[in-house]
Amino acid sequence: MKQLSTKVTSNGHGQDSSYFLGWEEYEKNPYDEITNPTGMIQMGLAENQLCFDLIESWLAKNPDAASLKRNGQSIFRELALFQDYHGMPEFKKAMAEFMEEIRGNRVTFDPKKIVLAAGSTSANETLMFCLAEPGDAFLLPTPYYPGFDRDLKWRTGAEIVPIHCSSSNGFQITETALNQAYQQAQKLDLKVKGVLVTNPSNPLGTALTRRELNLLVDFITSKNIHLISDEIYSGTMFGFEQFISVMDVLKDKKLENTEVSKRVHVVYSLSKDLGLPGFRVGAIYSNDEMIVSAATKMSSFGLVSSQTQYLLSALLSDKKFTSQYLEENQKRLKSRQRRLVSGLESAGITTLRSNAGLFCWVDMRHLLDTNTFEAELDLWKKIVYNVKLNISPGSSCHCTEPGWFRVCFANLSEEALDLALKRLKTFVESTDCGRMISRSSHERLKSLRKKTVSNWVFRVSWTDRVPDER
Amino acid sequence: MLSSKVIGESHGQDSSYFLGWQEYEKNPFHETFNPSGIVQMGLAENQLCFDLIETWLEEHPQVLGLKKNEESVFRKLALFQDYYGLPAFKDAMAKFMGKIRGNKVNFDTNKMVLTAGSTSANETLMFCLANPGDAFLIPAPYYPGFDRDLKWRTGVEIVPIHCVSSNGYKITEDALEDAYERAHKLNLNVKGVLITNPSNPLGTSTTREELDLLLTFTSTKKIHMVSDEIYSGTVFDSPDFTSVLEVAKDKNMDLDEKIHVVYSLSKDLGLPGFRVGLIYSNNEKVVSAATKMSSFGLISSQTQHLLANLLSDERFTTNYLEENKKRLKERRDRLVSGLKESGIGCLKSNAGLFCWVDLRHLLKSNTFEAEHSLWTKIVCEVGLNISPGSSCHCDEPGWFRVCFANMSDQTMEVAMDRVKGFVEDNNRGTQKRTMWNTRRRSLINKWVSKLSAVTCESER
Repeated sequence: MKQLSTKVTSNGHGQDSSYFLGWEEYEKNPYDEITNPTGMIQMGLAENQLCFDLIESWLAKNPDAASLKRNGQSIFRELALFQDYHGMPEFKKAMAEFMEEIRGNRVTFDPKKIVLAAGSTSANETLMFCLAEPGDAFLLPTPYYPGFDRDLKWRTGAEIVPIHCSSSNGFQITETALNQAYQQAQKLDLKVKGVLVTNPSNPLGTALTRRELNLLVDFITSKNIHLISDEIYSGTMFGFEQFISVMDVLKDKKLENTEVSKRVHVVYSLSKDLGLPGFRVGAIYSNDEMIVSAATKMSSFGLVSSQTQYLLSALLSDKKFTSQYLEENQKRLKSRQRRLVSGLESAGITTLRSNAGLFCWVDMRHLLDTNTFEAELDLWKKIVYNVKLNISPGSSCHCTEPGWFRVCFANLSEEALDLALKRLKTFVESTDCGRMISRSSHERLKSLRKKTVSNWVFRVSWTDRVPDER
Repeated sequence: MLSSKVIGESHGQDSSYFLGWQEYEKNPFHETFNPSGIVQMGLAENQLCFDLIETWLEEHPQVLGLKKNEESVFRKLALFQDYYGLPAFKDAMAKFMGKIRGNKVNFDTNKMVLTAGSTSANETLMFCLANPGDAFLIPAPYYPGFDRDLKWRTGVEIVPIHCVSSNGYKITEDALEDAYERAHKLNLNVKGVLITNPSNPLGTSTTREELDLLLTFTSTKKIHMVSDEIYSGTVFDSPDFTSVLEVAKDKNMDLDEKIHVVYSLSKDLGLPGFRVGLIYSNNEKVVSAATKMSSFGLISSQTQHLLANLLSDERFTTNYLEENKKRLKERRDRLVSGLKESGIGCLKSNAGLFCWVDLRHLLKSNTFEAEHSLWTKIVCEVGLNISPGSSCHCDEPGWFRVCFANMSDQTMEVAMDRVKGFVEDNNRGTQKRTMWNTRRRSLINKWVSKLSAVTCESER
């Protein structure tokens, strides 16, 4: 229908992907411990539901924040009228300090360089509008968050060219892969404007290493392009290592206040660390004045509700709360991840060793009929429809190897998680593949990320087979 | 290194509309602390009925406290990011919009898309209805923000439909055809017409005849009709508000897939900070795509919850709408009479938060340069931030939009006094320094002339 734009008539919204279809299936038959115990368990939603009690108890002790009062006096009018796209100063200050706290106060964030947005979805799109023309490309390491296909490309006309990462080295970004992606873009006649990474990674659940970050900064320096670091999971780091932000690396390389630092931008949000996706709070952080200025104007299209800015500026300004929250959040995420990983192991399923995020990158290659994406999709359908677990297939994340799945662990109760693991174990044991697995017969590749040797996977070597001709 | 959207100036914010605001920000009037500051009359805000909402909030403390029947709804809201929106909120909005239209139109929540403000709604509609390089026809004068909202990131063009004071700025068939032809001469593919009803900056509601004409025009040309009805709850005088959807119903076009309405709570309820807007469309494909696009500007669930409760209180909404109209009319009448005393006339208005004021007789010449210099004088010397017609793409110099609902009664009196003083000085043909002018001079000396367009000099 020529009446509507091509954005409507094409599939650029990316929502025909299995990632979203799994959600739809879940919506039809959602699990509930009491009312629908045989329903589908949602493990495809990267939500953090583990620490709500901490926020709720803070709200109970600090009723003014939600009641739009300051020192007992109503500030409703002030908030009702506040639509300044520069954002509430107290809120930006609180966000800056929170971001600093997450990074061990090793780096500073200037509130004036923060642009608020209605969620990181809005922040990422806005950055694309600022950095790329239609037809320009950004390089993204695979596997990546399926939503990027919509967020970065749909209305902006920008293109994504994947930086292929593989399980052979724990999906780490290599110089070869970066260069290959860059050349691929050029072959496609696309002008590369930058690289976008999610750190910690969705869907991998791993934080980028210092080596990878150095590599990225060197790469964008030599190619004179931008680097966007989506750090929305920065507060979910639960491993032994501390989170290294791209800002840490700029500091360590003494690149602060240089031309390169103007091409490095961070995206943040409270949807994952604080578990508040409904409140729509995101931010862009940039050292480039022109970008801050343009993005600020563009934020008119997605401002954060003043009611919400007020509540969260009070919450985040309470340093006792934030430090307790971050510590407890880490603890609970770690314990939940362990529960998932050990449960999977007892079903003969291993995961990429993770140290962050709300999900694990699970290796189910041994359960595939063939080493193909068709087989992955078949397996996924079985898991969704028969086992009744909604998990996300690697292909929806643009993974180049079939058989990997993202499984979330922080959006459900322990009981639901245990039930999910039980169902999965039953399923695996009932398949031929499950019976064939011999844990000791093959050596699993060591992840370069590890400081300690752990979690070796021993599995039948499907990689020796020739991919099925289909 | 940066996109043309950043380097170019299509964000439209170098317009005098925004520059006047900036001057105000540097020296804002305050009754007690800065009585010689600039009075803000360029901001279309509705501050007249906050007490009604505050009272309601005091009577319903659970709602802000994120509780329902003593149970916390915090978790549910914290997680709620469904782009279909909170059902209770959409229901409440549908009822509220129906009530504003005297229940002559029913709103189906399945045809509603929630967005963070009408700014987001309008841009999203453009992304859905037009490709880069396509055009929408808009009656001029129009809201200056449209240059950014409709064009900047979408690449869509605006072609004005020229309206003139000689017939009270009514939209005519000739004007529509003329705009359509001009678009074609510029090689632009016209995708639709967008009107604001009631009009910003005119303060008048679109008549039934004009709406009929518009729908005939758009259906003949097979193009879209977008009606931005964000001021629909501010109609305080006759004629009653007529929505495009009402006229569509009369023409048996109520299921027409090319008619779309935009709404917001920023003007009627005075809540621009809460970012509440919506698109209403019969077109399934548009609703579907716009819903997905709303991911880029969802309404905070905390806010949806608050307003779902507020707007489903029928007693509150009935009383509010009535009281709102009353107070707006009173305030408008005060402005009009105050201006009249100074020999200044306005376009007869029946809606909105502003008047369209005729200052043509104060121009040194019938030119936009003269309008600009008059505006500069009014901002810098008289100390009133009002919006010049040129910033609204008006064809005739000398008209200004003056807001009346964003200040107290006392401030309005101060503004009227200043206008009187200015006009008297002007009539005397001298730049007599009144007391407040002298005080202003010292302030002017402190002003940094960052504005390319406005230069406030001390000696005039």
